[in-house]
Amino acid sequence: MLKSFAAAAAVLAAIGFGSASAADYPTRPVTMIVPFAAGGPTDTVTRLVAESMSKDLGQQIVVENIGGAGGTLGAGRVAKSEPDGYTLLLHHISMATSATLYRKLPYDTLGGFEYVGLVTEVPMTLVARSDFEPKDLKAFIDYVKANKDKVTYANAGVGAASHLCGLLFMSKIETQMTTVPYKGTGPAMTDLVGKQVDTMCDQTTNTTNQIKGGKIKAYATTTTTRVSSLPDVPTAAEAGLPGFEVSIWHGIYAPKGTSPEIVKKLSASLQKALKDPLVVKRFADLGTTPVSDADATPEALKAKLTSEIDRWAPVIKAAGVYAD
Amino acid sequence: MELLDNLYIGFQASLAPVNLFYCFLGVLLGTLIGVLPGIGPTATIAMLLPITFGLKPETSLIMLAGIYYGAQYGGSTTAILINLPGESSSAVTAIDGYQMAKQGRAGPALATAALGSFFAGSVATVLVAVFAGPLTEIALQFGPAEYFSLIFLGLISSVALAHGSVIKALAMIVLGLLFGLVGTDVTSGAQRFTLGIPEISDKLEFVAVAIGVFGLAEILRNLENEHDRDVMVTKITGLLPSKEDFKAMVGPVLRGTALGSALGILPGGGAILSSFAAYTVEKKISKHPERFGKGAIEGVAGPESANNAGAQTSFIPMLTLGIPANAVMALMVGAMIIQGIQPGPNVAVEQPSLFWGVITSMWIGNLMLVLLNLPLIGLWVRLLTIPYTILFPAILVFCSIGVFSVNSNVFDLYTVAFFGFIGYVLVKLGCEPAPLLLGFVLGPMIEENLRRAMTISRGDWTVFFTRPLSATLLVISVLVLLVVFLPSVRKKREEVFVEED
Repeated sequence: MLKSFAAAAAVLAAIGFGSASAADYPTRPVTMIVPFAAGGPTDTVTRLVAESMSKDLGQQIVVENIGGAGGTLGAGRVAKSEPDGYTLLLHHISMATSATLYRKLPYDTLGGFEYVGLVTEVPMTLVARSDFEPKDLKAFIDYVKANKDKVTYANAGVGAASHLCGLLFMSKIETQMTTVPYKGTGPAMTDLVGKQVDTMCDQTTNTTNQIKGGKIKAYATTTTTRVSSLPDVPTAAEAGLPGFEVSIWHGIYAPKGTSPEIVKKLSASLQKALKDPLVVKRFADLGTTPVSDADATPEALKAKLTSEIDRWAPVIKAAGVYAD
Repeated sequence: MELLDNLYIGFQASLAPVNLFYCFLGVLLGTLIGVLPGIGPTATIAMLLPITFGLKPETSLIMLAGIYYGAQYGGSTTAILINLPGESSSAVTAIDGYQMAKQGRAGPALATAALGSFFAGSVATVLVAVFAGPLTEIALQFGPAEYFSLIFLGLISSVALAHGSVIKALAMIVLGLLFGLVGTDVTSGAQRFTLGIPEISDKLEFVAVAIGVFGLAEILRNLENEHDRDVMVTKITGLLPSKEDFKAMVGPVLRGTALGSALGILPGGGAILSSFAAYTVEKKISKHPERFGKGAIEGVAGPESANNAGAQTSFIPMLTLGIPANAVMALMVGAMIIQGIQPGPNVAVEQPSLFWGVITSMWIGNLMLVLLNLPLIGLWVRLLTIPYTILFPAILVFCSIGVFSVNSNVFDLYTVAFFGFIGYVLVKLGCEPAPLLLGFVLGPMIEENLRRAMTISRGDWTVFFTRPLSATLLVISVLVLLVVFLPSVRKKREEVFVEED
């Protein structure tokens, strides 16, 4: 009895090790967790990349949405998963900002993960309601300095990229506006189009078509070069506010302890996916471009995460906002 | 005649065989998942999103839209048969629909829901086609102050949801408001009543709460008096509504359609209010309000029409502005982006066959739903003849799968258990779950909009009275209050409520 049990255990163990061995990885579907709701911009980026990587890896990458608590729940889930390469995380800039925004996290930001690589950097745009008085960024800054908290600034809630972008803008011009938080950028955009609030800073994914449709006006992009889908919108530096740079960068992570061979395989697959014409085209529609091969690597992602944690910590601490 | 041209383009797209097929697949899937308690359209569309990658954009949107309004149909089926609303809108249908089922009138209740929904869906589709542009402009007039006043009116009127003691109904609304406060405060980011549990740091999951207080509590109660169920099974009368039923149905369906269409276009919860509002109106104008809560067909016809009309018109802000009105619309926007279409004000111009194809497919889909659902009624009703000892474990399993599928979160199952217990205790105390659910949904919304309006006005309270739309809504609220507390009306109310306690 005991003998047959031991034999069964051995067989099970063999199967277990078999699936974990790096050479034939992956032998079953891989789960890629997005720590946000389905249908959002991050989810869209993930599904496009996952679809392309599935073709390359020969196994389906199943996208699972585990939203909640600003993305920290999903990240926590991955940190606690088996480091066998079958659970991955695609997370954005919040990975870095959560380290300061949350005083208590269910994972160790820098120590809890292996890095696969950067995916894309989605630019942001500083926008205002269509009938707002200032014509360009310079006039807008003067207007905000003159009217201070009479100017309302919409964002998608504490810790959201639109919130951080606003914090950075206000710290750059050393003037406070009145912040109006919403549950997500959707309702915030509704009120901006409806002229209920004055301004907002949001990713091109959400703003491009409203700008093109004339429903809102754009003052600047938060990038170093102009965004191809919005050729008429100047960069912040061109418009007179150098250093006002924010992008929503996305990276793929695996739980700490995932074997280096598997990570290498995933990085290579990611690099291929980022050159897939369909991915490139869809990314362009979103107003973004895939990162280069050099950036779709573990080293580049680790460096980005570390530098972004250092960059945002003082901004968040100075504003005194915490999400818990 | 631009409209006719547009409709022609639309029907050309939606009547293409491949699109007809996927439209049918969508409404069929929608009906099925709507019938399974807890699995809502959001989870299904999220799961099916990858499948639509390979389809043409209009085909995939037609199918996803079909799932959405198909689920609205299917959701009322479980609400009526086993008191299990999977969506906030069908919570209202459960009140009188389930009572009808208990009296052996499940067939007429289901038929009423299907026919009312079809009529409402057809009217709302025409509205979307003709008035999408101008209606969007009206919806944009609704700022935080207007939303506050609208929800205020909703809460004031919601006392009518109760068919027992008014005090108990108010207590349930307040309890619901308190549960609604659990989670992150939008304005400050502070956590409230989360007891340090990360899973509820955003909010309590609606589906889990609804399944708990309605479904689980009902199962517990049924297990207590098993013989009640046998009575209900043997008494099944006709499957289709009688002549009198049809007569009673017409008014509520028309009013529900009007209310639902109007509220559905408001991004941010208008659709949730519509079925609650329709029920309130029907009860208020009924000559026999005492029948409500005991199987009044008007209590099924009104809200069902309203929620289907609302589901249809909630496409308006998504199609004309690219701004999603609810979670399902957010997914549709995601699907469009993945297909390489940028949702926004330009879609109607740049993609006419997509825009009008989706709109016309809604009407076709609604027709399919009626043809699909009327024959199914016999089958659903026979489900009730399954012995409860077999039925209830199956319901529990499906509920658990459904709740889990929303967030892949085990904690939500504990939430169901907790609210099941609460719901059972409330039933024992003679309190009703519907007002609790309303408070739970509307509480956070009214707080959010109140604080947002005050932030924008920089602390000026008069903003609620100086904005004409908001002021009008508040005046109506006061009128409703007066009607409730006027001596003559109150006397009538007391007669109405007296037999319950």
